[in-house]
Amino acid sequence: MIKYETDVAVIGAGAAGLAAAIEIKKVGLGVLILERDRELGGITLQCIHNGFGLREFNEELTGPEYAQRFINEINELEIPYKLNTMVIETKPGTSEKPYKTLFAVNKQEGVIKIEAKAVILAMGCRERPRGAINIPGFRPSGIYTAGQAQRFVNMEGWLPGKTYVILGSGDIGMIMARRLTWEGCKVKAVVEILPYVSGLLRNQVQCLEDYDIPLITNYTVTKIHGKDRIKGVTISKVDRNFDRVIGTDKFIECDTLLLSVGLIPENELTFNAGAKLSSNNGPVVDNNSETTIDGIFACGNVLQVHDLVDLVTAEAKRAGKYAVDYINNRYGKDTKRIGQIKCVAGENVNYVKPDLINKSDLSKEIVFTFRVRYPDRRILIQFKDENGVIYKKKKIYVIPSEMIELNLNLEEIGINHECKRIEIEVIPRPEVLIEED
Amino acid sequence: MSESSQSVVRVIRCIVCPTGCEIQVKKNESGETSFEGYACKRGLEYAQQEFYEPKRILTTTMRVQNGFLPLIPVRTDVAILKDKLGDALKEIAVKQITAPIKAGDILIENILDSGANIIASRDLSEIQ
Ligand SMILES: Cc1cc2nc3c(=O)[nH]c(=O)nc-3n(C[C@H](O)[C@H](O)[C@H](O)COP(=O)(O)OP(=O)(O)OC[C@H]3O[C@@H](n4cnc5c(N)ncnc54)[C@H](O)[C@@H]3O)c2cc1C
Ligand code: SF4
Repeated sequence: MIKYETDVAVIGAGAAGLAAAIEIKKVGLGVLILERDRELGGITLQCIHNGFGLREFNEELTGPEYAQRFINEINELEIPYKLNTMVIETKPGTSEKPYKTLFAVNKQEGVIKIEAKAVILAMGCRERPRGAINIPGFRPSGIYTAGQAQRFVNMEGWLPGKTYVILGSGDIGMIMARRLTWEGCKVKAVVEILPYVSGLLRNQVQCLEDYDIPLITNYTVTKIHGKDRIKGVTISKVDRNFDRVIGTDKFIECDTLLLSVGLIPENELTFNAGAKLSSNNGPVVDNNSETTIDGIFACGNVLQVHDLVDLVTAEAKRAGKYAVDYINNRYGKDTKRIGQIKCVAGENVNYVKPDLINKSDLSKEIVFTFRVRYPDRRILIQFKDENGVIYKKKKIYVIPSEMIELNLNLEEIGINHECKRIEIEVIPRPEVLIEED
Repeated sequence: MSESSQSVVRVIRCIVCPTGCEIQVKKNESGETSFEGYACKRGLEYAQQEFYEPKRILTTTMRVQNGFLPLIPVRTDVAILKDKLGDALKEIAVKQITAPIKAGDILIENILDSGANIIASRDLSEIQ
C-alpha cells in the first residue's frame, strides 16, 4: 500500500478545505488535500449564479469565480492535492503513535494510507433525499434533489425534464426555478410546507416573483403520480401540525419533481472516527474547531450548513490556524483538554457552535454561530449562565435561513472558571410584550 | 393633497437588507410618482431603480468545444436591463466556444449593445 506522510490532511476541496489548506501552507507546514470529485472547488462550481464573496472580497462573484480565486492560490502556493480520491476511513492517534491515519481510494493507486499530525474535516453536506420525507406513490423516474438538477444543468449540460414542481423553498430550489425558466422549461409551482419561505427574500423576489412562478405556502406534496415517469403530483394544504387538510387536494401536471428540502452535514467519516456528533448532525467542536478527538478539526458545511460561502471561508481559516497551533503546541504531548463550558441552545435556538468552550480560552474572542427555529421580529439574543442573563443584544429580524454570528469575549461579559454551562436564547423583546398587553 | 387622489401603482419589496420593507409606488392625479414605506435611503434608491430601470446580472452557461467539461459558466460583467435578459440568453445559447478558456475572458463583447460583456466565470482546460 502506498503511504503518504504530511503535517495536515484536509478531506474535501470545497470552499472550506481550500481556505484551510492555504492557511496551513502559509505558515510553512505541509498539507495534502484529498478530494473525491474530478476537480477542486466543491459545491460552488455548480452554483453559477452571483451572490458569493461580498464579505471576503467586497464584490459580488459567481460560485465558480469564488472557487477560482482559491484554486489559483492553491496552485501558486504549490499545495499538493489528490483528485478522484475518496477518503474511506479516519483513525485517531494514540499516545504512542500520535499521528492520525487515513485510508483513501483512487483508480491509479488503489487503497492508499495517509499519516498526518492533524486532520481537517471539510466534506461538506448532502441534500436530504426523498427517503427522508415520506411521500406515497410509486418510485417513477423524474425525481431529483435540487442540487442534483443544478449539477446536471450547469455542469453536465442536460435538462432533467420540461415541466417542474419544486418542493421546498430553500435557496437552491428557488435559484433552480429561475435557471430552468431561463433554459425554456416551465416551473409550475414552488410548494412549501411552512407558512414562510425558507430561503432568502432576495431569491424569492428575483427568482420567483420576477418570473411569476407561484409560491404555494402551507402546502406539501402528498402524492406522486405516474409509474415509469412522473406525470404529476397532488399537493394538499397542511394544518399547524403538518397534517393534511381534507378537501384541499390539487393536482399539478409535471414530468419532474425537484426536492429542495434541506441539507445535512456529511459525517459518516467523522462518526466512524469516533467523534461525537451534535443535534445538527455536525461534530461536537470546541472553540478551536477541534472535534472530541484530539487533532481532528472540522469546518464548513460538514460542521454546520452555511448559507454564505464567505462565512465558510472565515470558519475554515480559523480551523487552519487552530490545526497549526495544535501541531506546534500539543501534538505528541499529553495535554488533554480539561475544563470545558457547555454551550446549549435555549428558546428559539436550533443549535449553537461551538458546542464547548475551553476554560483556558476565556480571555480570547470566540465566534459563536447559531440558527433560530422560526422567524421573529424585534428580538433579544441572550446569553445566560447558571446565575442568569450575562449578555443581551437586540436584533430587528431573525430567520432560520440566516445564520447568526456573534463575536464575544466571555471574560469581558463576566464568565469565570466556575461556569459550567451557558445557554443562548432568542426571545421577543420585553418592551414589545408590554406594548401588546 | 388627500389620500384618495393617490393610487398605489406597485408594491416593491426591498431586498437590500433582511428587513424587507414594502415600498409603495404611488401616482397622484397629475401623474407624479412618489415612493412610501422605505425605512432608509438605500431602500428608496433600490425602489427607484426597480421602478424606472430594473437591471440584473445575467448568469448562465455556454457550450464549449474540446473542453474538460461540456459547458462553461458565464455572466454579464455589469447588470443589464431586465427586459433584455431573454434576448441575451438566446444569443448566448447559440454561441459555441473552444477551450482552453481563462476566467474573465470576454466571450461576447457588448451583447445586444447593452454595454455589457459576457465573461467566463472560471478556467476551463482542454480535454486530455
Ligand atoms: C447547492 C448549494 C447552493 C448554494 N448557494 C450559495 C449562494 O448562492 N451563495 C453563498 O454564499 N453560498 C451558497 N451556498 C453555501 C456555500 O456555498 C456552501 O456552504 C459552501 O460552498 C460549502 O463549502 P464546503 O467546503 O463546506 O462544502 P463543499 O463545497 O460541499 O465541499 C466538500 C467537498 O468534500 C468532498 N468530499 C466529501 N466527502 C469526501 C470524502 N470522503 N473524501 C474526499 N472528498 C470528500 C466533496 O466532493 C466536496 O468537493 C450553497 C450551498 C449549496 C449546497
Ligand atoms: S428600505 Fe432600508 S431598511 Fe427597509 S429593507 Fe430596504 S434597506 Fe432594509
